[in-house]
Amino acid sequence: MEIDLSRRELSWVLGGPQGGGINASAELFARALARGGLSVFANIEFHSNIMGKHSYYRVTAAPHPIRSHLDEIHVLVALDEETLFGDAAQRKHYPSHVGHVHQVLAGGGIVYDADLKIDPARFERDDIHLYPIPYLEVLEVALASAGRAGQARKHIVMRNTVALGASIGLIGYDEDLVEAVIRESFKGRKAEAADLNVAAVRTAAAYARDHFAARPGVQLRAVPVGERVQRVLMKGVHAVGIAKLKAGLGLQAYYPISPATDESVYLESKGSAYQLVVVQAEDEIASINMAVGAAHMGVRAATSTAGPGFALMSEGIGFAAITESPGPVIFLWQRGGPSTGLPTRSEQADLQFALHPAHGDFPHIVIAPGDLEEAFYHSFEAFNWADRYQVPVIVLLDKFLASSLYTVPGIDTSRLRIDRGLVYQPQPPDRNGYRRHALTANGISPRAVPGTPGSIFSTTSDEHDPQGHITEGVENRIAMMRKRMEKLETAAREIPSSFKYELFGPRKADVTLLAWGSSKGALLDAVPALERRGRSVNVLQIRLMRPFPAAEVGQILGDSKTTILIEGNYSGQLGALVREHTGIMPTHKVLKYDGRPFSRNEIIEGVETALSDRSPQVMVSHA
Amino acid sequence: MPEASPPRTYALQEYKTDVHVDWCPGCGDFGILSSIQQAFYQLQLPPHRIAMISGIGCSGKTPHYVDTYGLHTLHGRALPVATGAKLANHELTVVAVGGDGDGYGIGAGYFLNSGRRNLDITYIVFNNGVYGLTKGQASPTLAKGLRTKSMPEASIQEGINPIAVALGAGYTWIGRGYALDVKHLVGLIVEAIQHRGTAFLDVFQTCPVYNDLRTKEWYAGADIGRPRLRRLDQDPGWEPHVRNPRDVDEIVEKKVRALQASYETGDDRLAIGVFYQVDLPTYDEQMAHKVPALKDHPLVDLPLDQRNIEPLLRELE
Repeated sequence: MEIDLSRRELSWVLGGPQGGGINASAELFARALARGGLSVFANIEFHSNIMGKHSYYRVTAAPHPIRSHLDEIHVLVALDEETLFGDAAQRKHYPSHVGHVHQVLAGGGIVYDADLKIDPARFERDDIHLYPIPYLEVLEVALASAGRAGQARKHIVMRNTVALGASIGLIGYDEDLVEAVIRESFKGRKAEAADLNVAAVRTAAAYARDHFAARPGVQLRAVPVGERVQRVLMKGVHAVGIAKLKAGLGLQAYYPISPATDESVYLESKGSAYQLVVVQAEDEIASINMAVGAAHMGVRAATSTAGPGFALMSEGIGFAAITESPGPVIFLWQRGGPSTGLPTRSEQADLQFALHPAHGDFPHIVIAPGDLEEAFYHSFEAFNWADRYQVPVIVLLDKFLASSLYTVPGIDTSRLRIDRGLVYQPQPPDRNGYRRHALTANGISPRAVPGTPGSIFSTTSDEHDPQGHITEGVENRIAMMRKRMEKLETAAREIPSSFKYELFGPRKADVTLLAWGSSKGALLDAVPALERRGRSVNVLQIRLMRPFPAAEVGQILGDSKTTILIEGNYSGQLGALVREHTGIMPTHKVLKYDGRPFSRNEIIEGVETALSDRSPQVMVSHA
Repeated sequence: MPEASPPRTYALQEYKTDVHVDWCPGCGDFGILSSIQQAFYQLQLPPHRIAMISGIGCSGKTPHYVDTYGLHTLHGRALPVATGAKLANHELTVVAVGGDGDGYGIGAGYFLNSGRRNLDITYIVFNNGVYGLTKGQASPTLAKGLRTKSMPEASIQEGINPIAVALGAGYTWIGRGYALDVKHLVGLIVEAIQHRGTAFLDVFQTCPVYNDLRTKEWYAGADIGRPRLRRLDQDPGWEPHVRNPRDVDEIVEKKVRALQASYETGDDRLAIGVFYQVDLPTYDEQMAHKVPALKDHPLVDLPLDQRNIEPLLRELE
């Protein structure tokens, strides 16, 4: 396949051993691209390993909005041989990957270390450009220019910067923007490191230009200064973290787990400035229960975890529900399951788990944002729902959203309102008679804030009467079950439809793509390509999983002749949910359960295969 | 501004609810409940400034019987809930209660880690050696070889020494009482609540229905002709308080003495009283260093809905 220049899009991959600093280099590059007014979508794939195993960072950039990655690579930057050819040669057992050379598009190029002395024939490609760069030698020249001659071995970690610089020289990007970003990230005592890194980038870029006449087929220019829009470049962990601060979060309890930890660490780093208490608990059972304790005391509380930790939170969620705790909000960053599964990879396989997180029937709310803006707005609103309906709320995210780094046009905070729900005001004070679980028509009982005179209550995880005391009486049980479950009906009536689902494209189309969560970007970016192939397509993204917008979804799908369910799991969990509530079964399924996020290509291939082969079920995996 | 009303006093009755207490007749829990109420009364704590947090089991019902704010939580999870509650409002007096199975079995991880944390809360364990509410199975404190009347076989596991575990975990106030010596127990609870840091109080409690071995008569030593319980405070040489918390040698010495007292002479001589106490920075105080606004106000009163997130967005541009 030739590089499609009409897209004006660059797909750049930096690969190397884990712990070798590829994150820092790739994120620096991504920031320099964003500074140039480009739209950036970057994401990392890495092993559950501290040091040594293959990881790679993919940066896609374009002057027009993009929200997904491609399988194809225009420029591959390799820090080691494994990035090129995989690990079959080094491993005795099942190889984990075959390298990235085959993904490089014709006309694309590969930057690699000349010291690896790789015979060009090994690439088995005569349609791409090879750029062997002697990393250490170039680094030595760069360091010498900065007055650090003879220190290349000491600064060996800067090989990354050399590789990055060479690729920047080859694609013709503005080195001044790169320099500016480097100088911002190395300030104060680290200022000297900035000089060295700038020297490495500039020396390597010049070396690449001087030694190789042929350039990769895709060149990337910054948007002209006057036309540049400054965008926020953030990851899901930032979007969620900032939303929580905006929502007035008081306490976050967590236990370290991939891929959720970064969010808590980010919040803790802002704890002093933003008056936030972050507690590293002894396990996830403690996390959820600390959060429930804080929520009952009137503080907005949250916990953040992944599947294995969520499994431990089960009884705590039921406890929050039966005691009508105002929250907590539980952020579930899905990863590959079951059990330890694929700790650092992405999957959408916890939807049914999030819908049934504990024993018994109880109300809770589950929302699944599809991108970083939704992650922000949904996370913010989740706290309002927790207070209004006094239920646990689950925000369902995944590793892909957690670690994807991309440009967001901006967060509009002007319309955000904090709603703490009904709070009991004792009148007159110091007169008891308060009923914490008073029976009401909409199921919501005003909550008292402990510490306040005149509203003393005890409540319990046992079934209880309106005052919160244990009772096993039949009439009370029926009334309490109805009262609690009624809150779900109330929430369903009150939550605006923009939080429930979104239909992208025409109201009626030949084919409806039904999906949820982080595949949104790849889906929307795939639609124009499908339309160019003559397909009439719309996309139905489900956001609110509980209470489920059954009538609205049923109506849309009822109008659709062909519905293709697209999900990152084995069983089609959203499909089961839709069928449960609407009786409608998607005509086709495109599923993916290899632990990697959907690429744009996989969506296109999956849809085309489903339609042309008339396959009811298609599995895609390009990784 | 309304005129400041004179500080009111609270009657003992104001710490009691009218909820029917459904413990068995003669249960040791009555002594502990009464001691808790009397301690609150002695300290004249306003009932609305107290949060009682309990686990599951007979002891878990305690908050329903004490007229303060209360959360009757999950089996083994009283301490995490109490931790969250205290962090949300450190001005409240937070008292966690639970059984020995609750605290040393299913909640063992929280028993350990709460010692590390040293939040300013009190944790009272109703220790009767059995799982009462599920009809008398062996709890983590039932000694090896014992077989209560509802056990099909004798226990082949050792019973743990909670005082020793608490010393290792880092509790800064460690005591033990006896449910049927209410006067002594009230004093211990008062001291535990007054202690700045996590106070851990293990209470020998009789279960007249399921533990037919550790009975009122057994504690009284009817079979050996002298009481089994020995009050530490009756030993003139006993000094459990660390005078200089920066003196590692003194801490080690006091901990070793407490450990010895906790093992003393096995089942024939059981020490009750204060085993160990030290003043160390609490988790709440250290959190207030990280989040300075907590020095003046509890978290629940901070204007957290006024945050300006623009700087956070700008630093990501």
